[in-house]
Amino acid sequence: MSGHDDDHHHHHDHDHEHGSELSPMDLRVRALQSLLTAKGYIDPEALDRIVDTYETRVGPRNGAAVVARAWTDPEFLDWLRRDATAAIHSMGFTGRQGEHMTVVENTPETHNMVVCTLCSCYPWPVLGLPPVWYKSAPYRSRAVREPRAVLAEFGVELPEATRVRVWDSTAEMRYLVLPMRPAGTEGWSAERLAELVTRDSMIGTGLALSPDSLEVA
Amino acid sequence: MSQWRPSADIGGMPGFGRVEPETDEPLFHASWEPMAMAITVALGASGRWTIDHSRSQRESLPVERYRSNSYYQIWIDALEAQLLRYGMATKEELETGRMHVPPVSLPRKLRAADVDATLARGSPTEREPTRPARFAVGDRVRTSTAMPTGHTRLPVYARGKIGVVRMVHGFHVFPDVHATGEEPPYPEDPQWLYAVEFDGRELWGDEGEAGLAVLIDAWEPYLEPVNPQ
Repeated sequence: MSGHDDDHHHHHDHDHEHGSELSPMDLRVRALQSLLTAKGYIDPEALDRIVDTYETRVGPRNGAAVVARAWTDPEFLDWLRRDATAAIHSMGFTGRQGEHMTVVENTPETHNMVVCTLCSCYPWPVLGLPPVWYKSAPYRSRAVREPRAVLAEFGVELPEATRVRVWDSTAEMRYLVLPMRPAGTEGWSAERLAELVTRDSMIGTGLALSPDSLEVA
Repeated sequence: MSQWRPSADIGGMPGFGRVEPETDEPLFHASWEPMAMAITVALGASGRWTIDHSRSQRESLPVERYRSNSYYQIWIDALEAQLLRYGMATKEELETGRMHVPPVSLPRKLRAADVDATLARGSPTEREPTRPARFAVGDRVRTSTAMPTGHTRLPVYARGKIGVVRMVHGFHVFPDVHATGEEPPYPEDPQWLYAVEFDGRELWGDEGEAGLAVLIDAWEPYLEPVNPQ
Protein backbone atom coordinates (compact mmCIF):
# COMPACT_ATOMS: atom_id res chain seq x y z
CA MET A 1 0.00 0.00 0.00
CA SER A 2 2.98 2.28 -0.32
CA GLY A 3 2.11 5.69 -1.60
CA HIS A 4 -1.41 5.64 -0.21
CA ASP A 5 -1.25 8.61 2.09
CA ASP A 6 -4.42 8.70 4.06
CA ASP A 7 -3.39 10.86 7.01
CA HIS A 8 -6.21 13.25 6.35
CA HIS A 9 -8.67 10.48 7.14
CA HIS A 10 -7.28 10.24 10.68
CA HIS A 11 -7.20 6.48 10.75
CA HIS A 12 -4.51 4.26 12.12
CA ASP A 13 -2.60 1.37 10.69
CA HIS A 14 -4.56 -1.36 12.35
CA ASP A 15 -7.90 -2.55 11.07
CA HIS A 16 -11.10 -1.02 12.33
CA GLU A 17 -13.96 -3.39 12.58
CA HIS A 18 -16.37 -0.86 14.03
CA GLY A 19 -17.21 2.79 13.73
CA SER A 20 -16.94 5.07 10.76
CA GLU A 21 -13.19 5.03 10.33
CA LEU A 22 -11.98 3.14 7.30
CA SER A 23 -8.99 0.86 7.05
CA PRO A 24 -6.26 1.50 4.47
CA MET A 25 -7.61 -1.41 2.39
CA ASP A 26 -11.15 0.02 2.52
CA LEU A 27 -9.83 3.34 1.23
CA ARG A 28 -7.75 1.67 -1.42
CA VAL A 29 -10.61 -0.44 -2.79
CA ARG A 30 -12.97 2.56 -2.66
CA ALA A 31 -10.48 4.62 -4.65
CA LEU A 32 -10.21 1.80 -7.15
CA GLN A 33 -13.98 1.52 -7.46
CA SER A 34 -14.41 5.31 -8.00
CA LEU A 35 -11.62 5.46 -10.52
CA LEU A 36 -12.75 2.44 -12.54
CA THR A 37 -16.34 3.71 -12.54
CA ALA A 38 -15.24 7.20 -13.65
CA LYS A 39 -13.22 5.63 -16.45
CA GLY A 40 -16.21 3.59 -17.53
CA TYR A 41 -14.39 0.27 -17.10
CA ILE A 42 -16.91 -1.11 -14.63
CA ASP A 43 -20.65 -0.81 -13.98
CA PRO A 44 -21.19 -0.38 -10.20
CA GLU A 45 -24.47 -2.26 -10.42
CA ALA A 46 -22.67 -5.19 -11.99
CA LEU A 47 -20.39 -5.33 -8.95
CA ASP A 48 -23.38 -5.52 -6.63
CA ARG A 49 -24.84 -8.31 -8.73
CA ILE A 50 -21.57 -10.29 -8.60
CA VAL A 51 -21.37 -10.00 -4.81
CA ASP A 52 -25.02 -10.94 -4.47
CA THR A 53 -24.51 -14.01 -6.67
CA TYR A 54 -21.84 -15.48 -4.42
CA GLU A 55 -23.41 -14.31 -1.16
CA THR A 56 -26.89 -15.64 -1.79
CA ARG A 57 -27.23 -17.84 -4.86
CA VAL A 58 -24.14 -19.96 -5.38
CA GLY A 59 -22.81 -22.15 -2.59
CA PRO A 60 -22.28 -25.69 -1.30
CA ARG A 61 -26.01 -26.51 -1.34
CA ASN A 62 -25.56 -26.89 -5.10
CA GLY A 63 -22.85 -29.51 -4.67
CA ALA A 64 -24.90 -31.25 -1.98
CA ALA A 65 -27.76 -31.61 -4.47
CA VAL A 66 -25.36 -33.22 -6.96
CA VAL A 67 -24.06 -35.67 -4.35
CA ALA A 68 -27.50 -36.59 -2.99
CA ARG A 69 -28.76 -37.23 -6.50
CA ALA A 70 -25.74 -39.43 -7.24
CA TRP A 71 -26.56 -41.45 -4.11
CA THR A 72 -30.15 -42.03 -5.18
CA ASP A 73 -30.12 -42.10 -8.97
CA PRO A 74 -27.85 -44.78 -10.53
CA GLU A 75 -28.27 -43.34 -14.03
CA PHE A 76 -27.15 -39.94 -12.84
CA LEU A 77 -24.18 -41.50 -11.02
CA ASP A 78 -23.22 -43.25 -14.22
CA TRP A 79 -23.46 -39.93 -16.10
CA LEU A 80 -21.29 -38.24 -13.48
CA ARG A 81 -18.64 -40.92 -13.95
CA ARG A 82 -18.70 -40.62 -17.73
CA ASP A 83 -19.13 -36.86 -18.10
CA ALA A 84 -19.31 -34.92 -14.84
CA THR A 85 -19.29 -31.60 -16.69
CA ALA A 86 -22.47 -32.38 -18.62
CA ALA A 87 -24.19 -34.07 -15.66
CA ILE A 88 -23.51 -31.16 -13.28
CA HIS A 89 -24.31 -28.51 -15.89
CA SER A 90 -27.64 -30.25 -16.52
CA MET A 91 -28.64 -29.28 -12.97
CA GLY A 92 -27.97 -25.62 -13.77
CA PHE A 93 -24.64 -25.43 -11.95
CA THR A 94 -22.56 -23.94 -14.72
CA GLY A 95 -20.02 -21.26 -15.27
CA ARG A 96 -17.05 -19.47 -13.83
CA GLN A 97 -14.57 -21.85 -12.17
CA GLY A 98 -16.76 -24.85 -12.97
CA GLU A 99 -16.45 -24.94 -16.74
CA HIS A 100 -14.85 -28.40 -16.67
CA MET A 101 -15.72 -30.86 -13.91
CA THR A 102 -14.48 -34.23 -12.69
CA VAL A 103 -16.09 -36.15 -9.84
CA VAL A 104 -13.87 -38.40 -7.72
CA GLU A 105 -15.59 -41.06 -5.64
CA ASN A 106 -14.68 -42.03 -2.12
CA THR A 107 -14.77 -45.72 -1.29
CA PRO A 108 -13.66 -47.76 1.72
CA GLU A 109 -10.37 -48.30 -0.16
CA THR A 110 -9.73 -44.76 -1.41
CA HIS A 111 -10.28 -41.32 0.07
CA ASN A 112 -10.01 -38.31 -2.25
CA MET A 113 -9.02 -34.80 -1.24
CA VAL A 114 -8.72 -31.65 -3.36
CA VAL A 115 -6.22 -28.78 -3.14
CA CYS A 116 -4.75 -26.06 -5.32
CA THR A 117 -1.11 -25.69 -4.31
CA LEU A 118 -0.46 -22.89 -6.82
CA CYS A 119 -3.39 -20.60 -6.04
CA SER A 120 -7.00 -21.23 -5.03
CA CYS A 121 -8.69 -23.16 -7.83
CA TYR A 122 -12.03 -24.36 -6.52
CA PRO A 123 -15.35 -25.38 -8.10
CA TRP A 124 -17.36 -22.17 -7.56
CA PRO A 125 -20.68 -23.22 -9.17
CA VAL A 126 -21.08 -26.22 -6.86
CA LEU A 127 -19.26 -25.03 -3.70
CA GLY A 128 -19.30 -21.21 -3.86
CA LEU A 129 -16.26 -19.15 -2.88
CA PRO A 130 -13.45 -21.09 -1.20
CA PRO A 131 -13.04 -20.87 2.59
CA VAL A 132 -10.01 -19.02 3.95
CA TRP A 133 -8.24 -22.21 5.05
CA TYR A 134 -8.44 -23.64 1.52
CA LYS A 135 -6.50 -20.61 0.21
CA SER A 136 -4.08 -20.60 3.15
CA ALA A 137 -0.40 -21.55 2.98
CA PRO A 138 -0.69 -24.33 5.58
CA TYR A 139 -3.37 -26.20 3.60
CA ARG A 140 -1.80 -25.60 0.19
CA SER A 141 1.67 -26.65 1.32
CA ARG A 142 0.72 -29.67 3.40
CA ALA A 143 -2.23 -31.31 1.63
CA VAL A 144 0.02 -32.89 -1.02
CA ARG A 145 2.58 -34.14 1.49
CA GLU A 146 0.81 -35.08 4.69
CA PRO A 147 -2.92 -35.20 3.99
CA ARG A 148 -3.59 -37.52 6.92
CA ALA A 149 -2.04 -35.02 9.32
CA VAL A 150 -4.18 -32.29 7.73
CA LEU A 151 -7.28 -34.47 8.00
CA ALA A 152 -6.56 -34.97 11.68
CA GLU A 153 -6.73 -31.19 12.14
CA PHE A 154 -10.24 -31.39 10.68
CA GLY A 155 -11.06 -34.18 13.11
CA VAL A 156 -11.06 -36.86 10.42
CA GLU A 157 -9.28 -40.15 10.96
CA LEU A 158 -9.30 -42.72 8.17
CA PRO A 159 -8.66 -46.45 8.49
CA GLU A 160 -4.97 -47.20 8.07
CA ALA A 161 -5.55 -49.30 4.96
CA THR A 162 -7.38 -46.53 3.11
CA ARG A 163 -5.36 -44.96 0.31
CA VAL A 164 -5.40 -41.17 0.14
CA ARG A 165 -5.48 -39.61 -3.31
CA VAL A 166 -4.84 -35.86 -3.38
CA TRP A 167 -5.90 -33.95 -6.49
CA ASP A 168 -3.87 -30.77 -7.06
CA SER A 169 -6.02 -28.54 -9.31
CA THR A 170 -3.27 -27.17 -11.52
CA ALA A 171 -5.43 -26.64 -14.65
CA GLU A 172 -9.03 -25.55 -15.37
CA MET A 173 -10.43 -28.95 -14.43
CA ARG A 174 -12.35 -28.62 -11.15
CA TYR A 175 -12.79 -31.58 -8.83
CA LEU A 176 -15.77 -32.47 -6.68
CA VAL A 177 -15.42 -35.28 -4.15
CA LEU A 178 -18.34 -37.69 -3.96
CA PRO A 179 -18.35 -38.72 -0.30
CA MET A 180 -19.56 -42.15 0.79
CA ARG A 181 -23.25 -42.37 1.62
CA PRO A 182 -23.65 -42.70 5.38
CA ALA A 183 -25.05 -45.94 6.77
CA GLY A 184 -28.58 -45.88 8.12
CA THR A 185 -30.00 -43.72 5.33
CA GLU A 186 -31.75 -46.43 3.31
CA GLY A 187 -34.88 -45.14 1.68
CA TRP A 188 -34.09 -41.47 2.31
CA SER A 189 -35.07 -38.93 -0.33
CA ALA A 190 -32.38 -36.92 -2.14
CA GLU A 191 -33.61 -33.76 -0.38
CA ARG A 192 -33.12 -35.32 3.02
CA LEU A 193 -29.76 -36.86 2.11
CA ALA A 194 -28.49 -33.48 0.92
CA GLU A 195 -28.62 -32.27 4.52
CA LEU A 196 -25.89 -34.78 5.34
CA VAL A 197 -23.55 -33.47 2.65
CA THR A 198 -21.18 -30.91 4.12
CA ARG A 199 -19.00 -28.60 2.08
CA ASP A 200 -15.86 -30.18 3.53
CA SER A 201 -17.05 -33.65 2.55
CA MET A 202 -17.03 -32.46 -1.07
CA ILE A 203 -13.46 -31.10 -0.76
CA GLY A 204 -12.37 -34.30 0.98
CA THR A 205 -11.45 -32.70 4.32
CA GLY A 206 -14.57 -34.14 5.89
CA LEU A 207 -17.01 -37.02 5.66
CA ALA A 208 -20.75 -36.88 5.11
CA LEU A 209 -22.67 -36.53 8.38
CA SER A 210 -24.26 -39.51 10.05
CA PRO A 211 -28.06 -39.49 10.40
CA ASP A 212 -27.68 -39.18 14.19
CA SER A 213 -26.03 -35.80 13.89
CA LEU A 214 -29.16 -34.40 12.22
CA GLU A 215 -31.39 -35.56 15.04
CA VAL A 216 -29.16 -33.86 17.58
CA ALA A 217 -29.26 -30.63 15.59
CA MET B 1 20.26 -27.50 -7.46
CA SER B 2 18.34 -24.32 -7.89
CA GLN B 3 15.26 -24.13 -5.71
CA TRP B 4 13.91 -21.00 -7.37
CA ARG B 5 10.15 -20.99 -7.36
CA PRO B 6 7.36 -18.46 -7.80
CA SER B 7 5.91 -16.99 -4.59
CA ALA B 8 2.73 -18.98 -5.02
CA ASP B 9 4.28 -22.41 -5.59
CA ILE B 10 4.31 -23.78 -2.04
CA GLY B 11 3.22 -27.43 -2.40
CA GLY B 12 5.24 -29.53 0.05
CA MET B 13 7.08 -26.59 1.65
CA PRO B 14 7.45 -26.98 5.41
CA GLY B 15 7.02 -24.25 7.99
CA PHE B 16 3.53 -22.83 7.50
CA GLY B 17 1.98 -24.37 10.59
CA ARG B 18 -1.43 -25.82 11.25
CA VAL B 19 -4.51 -25.55 9.07
CA GLU B 20 -7.02 -23.46 10.95
CA PRO B 21 -10.63 -24.01 9.96
CA GLU B 22 -12.97 -21.32 11.29
CA THR B 23 -16.08 -22.19 13.25
CA ASP B 24 -18.27 -19.34 11.98
CA GLU B 25 -16.75 -19.03 8.48
CA PRO B 26 -17.91 -15.65 7.26
CA LEU B 27 -17.79 -15.47 3.46
CA PHE B 28 -15.75 -12.27 3.69
CA HIS B 29 -13.42 -11.08 6.46
CA ALA B 30 -13.28 -7.33 5.91
CA SER B 31 -15.73 -4.81 4.52
CA TRP B 32 -13.61 -4.20 1.41
CA GLU B 33 -13.31 -7.85 0.40
CA PRO B 34 -16.64 -8.26 -1.47
CA MET B 35 -15.80 -5.27 -3.67
CA ALA B 36 -12.25 -6.50 -4.21
CA MET B 37 -13.63 -9.83 -5.43
CA ALA B 38 -16.31 -8.21 -7.60
CA ILE B 39 -13.97 -5.66 -9.21
CA THR B 40 -11.53 -8.45 -10.06
CA VAL B 41 -14.27 -10.59 -11.61
CA ALA B 42 -15.81 -7.64 -13.50
CA LEU B 43 -12.49 -6.49 -14.98
CA GLY B 44 -11.62 -10.08 -15.82
CA ALA B 45 -14.77 -10.11 -17.95
CA SER B 46 -13.58 -7.02 -19.85
CA GLY B 47 -11.36 -9.23 -22.01
CA ARG B 48 -8.27 -7.03 -21.58
CA TRP B 49 -6.47 -9.92 -19.93
CA THR B 50 -7.11 -13.59 -19.17
CA ILE B 51 -7.17 -15.57 -15.95
CA ASP B 52 -3.69 -16.81 -16.83
CA HIS B 53 -2.42 -13.22 -16.90
CA SER B 54 -4.01 -12.58 -13.51
CA ARG B 55 -2.50 -15.72 -11.99
CA SER B 56 0.88 -14.89 -13.48
CA GLN B 57 0.68 -11.38 -12.03
CA ARG B 58 -0.30 -12.63 -8.55
CA GLU B 59 2.38 -15.27 -8.35
CA SER B 60 5.09 -12.85 -9.49
CA LEU B 61 4.46 -10.54 -6.55
CA PRO B 62 7.53 -10.33 -4.30
CA VAL B 63 7.63 -13.37 -2.07
CA GLU B 64 7.39 -11.47 1.22
CA ARG B 65 4.45 -9.47 -0.11
CA TYR B 66 2.70 -12.63 -1.33
CA ARG B 67 3.21 -14.52 1.91
CA SER B 68 2.21 -11.70 4.25
CA ASN B 69 -0.91 -10.60 2.37
CA SER B 70 -4.42 -11.89 2.72
CA TYR B 71 -5.78 -13.52 -0.40
CA TYR B 72 -7.89 -10.60 -1.60
CA GLN B 73 -5.00 -8.20 -0.90
CA ILE B 74 -2.98 -10.27 -3.34
CA TRP B 75 -5.80 -9.90 -5.86
CA ILE B 76 -5.84 -6.11 -5.42
CA ASP B 77 -2.04 -5.86 -5.62
CA ALA B 78 -2.10 -7.81 -8.87
CA LEU B 79 -5.08 -5.89 -10.24
CA GLU B 80 -3.39 -2.52 -9.66
CA ALA B 81 -0.23 -3.82 -11.28
CA GLN B 82 -2.26 -4.89 -14.32
CA LEU B 83 -4.02 -1.51 -14.57
CA LEU B 84 -0.62 0.17 -14.63
CA ARG B 85 0.91 -2.35 -17.00
CA TYR B 86 -1.84 -1.97 -19.60
CA GLY B 87 -2.04 1.82 -19.34
CA MET B 88 -5.54 1.71 -17.87
CA ALA B 89 -4.63 3.87 -14.88
CA THR B 90 -1.71 5.86 -13.51
CA LYS B 91 -0.14 5.57 -10.08
CA GLU B 92 -1.54 8.96 -9.15
CA GLU B 93 -5.03 7.92 -10.21
CA LEU B 94 -4.86 4.78 -8.10
CA GLU B 95 -3.78 6.82 -5.11
CA THR B 96 -6.45 9.50 -5.42
CA GLY B 97 -9.28 7.52 -6.99
CA ARG B 98 -9.74 10.43 -9.43
CA MET B 99 -9.38 10.27 -13.18
CA HIS B 100 -6.64 12.41 -14.69
CA VAL B 101 -6.03 10.54 -17.92
CA PRO B 102 -8.76 9.52 -20.39
CA PRO B 103 -9.76 5.84 -20.38
CA VAL B 104 -8.40 3.36 -22.89
CA SER B 105 -10.85 1.26 -24.84
CA LEU B 106 -11.51 -2.27 -23.63
CA PRO B 107 -12.89 -5.23 -25.59
CA ARG B 108 -15.99 -5.45 -23.36
CA LYS B 109 -17.69 -3.92 -20.36
CA LEU B 110 -19.62 -6.16 -18.00
CA ARG B 111 -23.05 -4.63 -17.43
CA ALA B 112 -25.35 -5.55 -14.56
CA ALA B 113 -27.89 -7.10 -16.91
CA ASP B 114 -25.23 -9.44 -18.30
CA VAL B 115 -23.69 -10.58 -15.03
CA ASP B 116 -25.79 -13.72 -14.58
CA ALA B 117 -25.23 -14.93 -18.12
CA THR B 118 -21.51 -14.11 -18.04
CA LEU B 119 -20.90 -15.92 -14.76
CA ALA B 120 -23.02 -18.87 -15.90
CA ARG B 121 -21.01 -19.13 -19.11
CA GLY B 122 -17.53 -18.80 -17.61
CA SER B 123 -14.52 -19.21 -19.86
CA PRO B 124 -14.23 -22.81 -21.03
CA THR B 125 -10.68 -23.74 -21.99
CA GLU B 126 -11.33 -26.94 -23.93
CA ARG B 127 -10.77 -26.69 -27.68
CA GLU B 128 -11.38 -28.95 -30.68
CA PRO B 129 -8.29 -31.18 -30.96
CA THR B 130 -6.10 -30.63 -33.98
CA ARG B 131 -3.93 -33.70 -33.34
CA PRO B 132 -4.18 -36.99 -31.47
CA ALA B 133 -3.13 -37.27 -27.82
CA ARG B 134 0.41 -38.53 -27.34
CA PHE B 135 -0.42 -40.41 -24.14
CA ALA B 136 -3.18 -42.78 -23.04
CA VAL B 137 -4.50 -43.82 -19.64
CA GLY B 138 -1.95 -46.12 -18.00
CA ASP B 139 1.10 -44.66 -19.76
CA ARG B 140 4.14 -43.93 -17.61
CA VAL B 141 5.46 -40.41 -18.01
CA ARG B 142 8.22 -38.22 -16.60
CA THR B 143 7.57 -34.55 -15.91
CA SER B 144 9.86 -31.83 -17.14
CA THR B 145 12.84 -30.79 -15.03
CA ALA B 146 12.85 -27.28 -16.52
CA MET B 147 12.71 -24.35 -14.11
CA PRO B 148 11.02 -21.72 -16.27
CA THR B 149 11.05 -18.12 -15.05
CA GLY B 150 7.77 -17.33 -16.80
CA HIS B 151 4.28 -18.52 -15.97
CA THR B 152 3.84 -22.28 -15.62
CA ARG B 153 1.41 -24.64 -13.92
CA LEU B 154 3.82 -27.47 -13.20
CA PRO B 155 4.52 -27.22 -9.47
CA VAL B 156 8.13 -27.50 -8.34
CA TYR B 157 7.38 -30.57 -6.20
CA ALA B 158 6.22 -32.48 -9.29
CA ARG B 159 9.13 -31.67 -11.63
CA GLY B 160 11.33 -34.45 -12.90
CA LYS B 161 9.05 -37.12 -11.39
CA ILE B 162 7.68 -40.33 -12.84
CA GLY B 163 3.95 -40.85 -12.78
CA VAL B 164 1.09 -42.61 -14.55
CA VAL B 165 -1.56 -41.03 -16.76
CA ARG B 166 -4.96 -41.62 -15.10
CA MET B 167 -7.24 -39.37 -17.16
CA VAL B 168 -7.17 -37.64 -20.51
CA HIS B 169 -9.01 -34.36 -19.93
CA GLY B 170 -9.12 -33.13 -23.51
CA PHE B 171 -7.37 -30.43 -25.47
CA HIS B 172 -6.99 -27.25 -23.41
CA VAL B 173 -5.61 -23.72 -23.66
CA PHE B 174 -1.96 -23.78 -22.51
CA PRO B 175 -1.41 -21.19 -19.75
CA ASP B 176 2.38 -21.01 -20.18
CA VAL B 177 1.83 -19.49 -23.62
CA HIS B 178 -1.58 -17.89 -23.03
CA ALA B 179 -0.17 -15.66 -20.27
CA THR B 180 2.62 -14.30 -22.47
CA GLY B 181 0.62 -12.09 -24.84
CA GLU B 182 0.54 -8.33 -24.22
CA GLU B 183 -2.82 -7.70 -25.83
CA PRO B 184 -5.82 -9.66 -27.13
CA PRO B 185 -6.29 -11.90 -28.99
CA TYR B 186 -3.97 -13.96 -26.81
CA PRO B 187 -2.23 -17.06 -28.20
CA GLU B 188 -4.02 -20.16 -26.86
CA ASP B 189 -1.66 -22.87 -28.15
CA PRO B 190 -4.00 -25.62 -26.90
CA GLN B 191 -2.44 -28.88 -25.71
CA TRP B 192 -3.64 -32.25 -24.46
CA LEU B 193 -4.22 -32.19 -20.72
CA TYR B 194 -3.82 -35.24 -18.46
CA ALA B 195 -4.34 -36.16 -14.83
CA VAL B 196 -1.01 -37.72 -13.82
CA GLU B 197 -0.69 -39.72 -10.62
CA PHE B 198 2.50 -39.93 -8.54
CA ASP B 199 3.20 -42.27 -5.71
CA GLY B 200 3.84 -40.31 -2.51
CA ARG B 201 7.32 -41.85 -2.20
CA GLU B 202 8.25 -40.62 -5.70
CA LEU B 203 7.58 -37.06 -4.52
CA TRP B 204 8.66 -37.11 -0.89
CA GLY B 205 10.87 -40.16 -0.45
CA ASP B 206 10.45 -42.02 2.80
CA GLU B 207 8.92 -38.94 4.42
CA GLY B 208 5.73 -39.34 2.45
CA GLU B 209 2.71 -40.75 4.25
CA ALA B 210 2.05 -44.41 3.50
CA GLY B 211 -0.59 -45.05 0.87
CA LEU B 212 -0.38 -41.51 -0.51
CA ALA B 213 -0.94 -40.70 -4.17
CA VAL B 214 -0.90 -37.16 -5.58
CA LEU B 215 -2.37 -36.18 -8.93
CA ILE B 216 -1.72 -33.05 -10.93
CA ASP B 217 -3.21 -31.89 -14.20
CA ALA B 218 -0.35 -31.65 -16.68
CA TRP B 219 -0.29 -30.36 -20.24
CA GLU B 220 1.47 -32.52 -22.80
CA PRO B 221 4.58 -30.29 -23.13
CA TYR B 222 5.32 -30.99 -19.44
CA LEU B 223 5.57 -34.74 -20.12
CA GLU B 224 7.97 -37.19 -21.68
CA PRO B 225 7.28 -40.90 -22.19
CA VAL B 226 8.93 -43.43 -19.89
CA ASN B 227 9.47 -46.70 -21.70
CA PRO B 228 8.16 -49.83 -20.00
CA GLN B 229 10.99 -51.77 -18.31
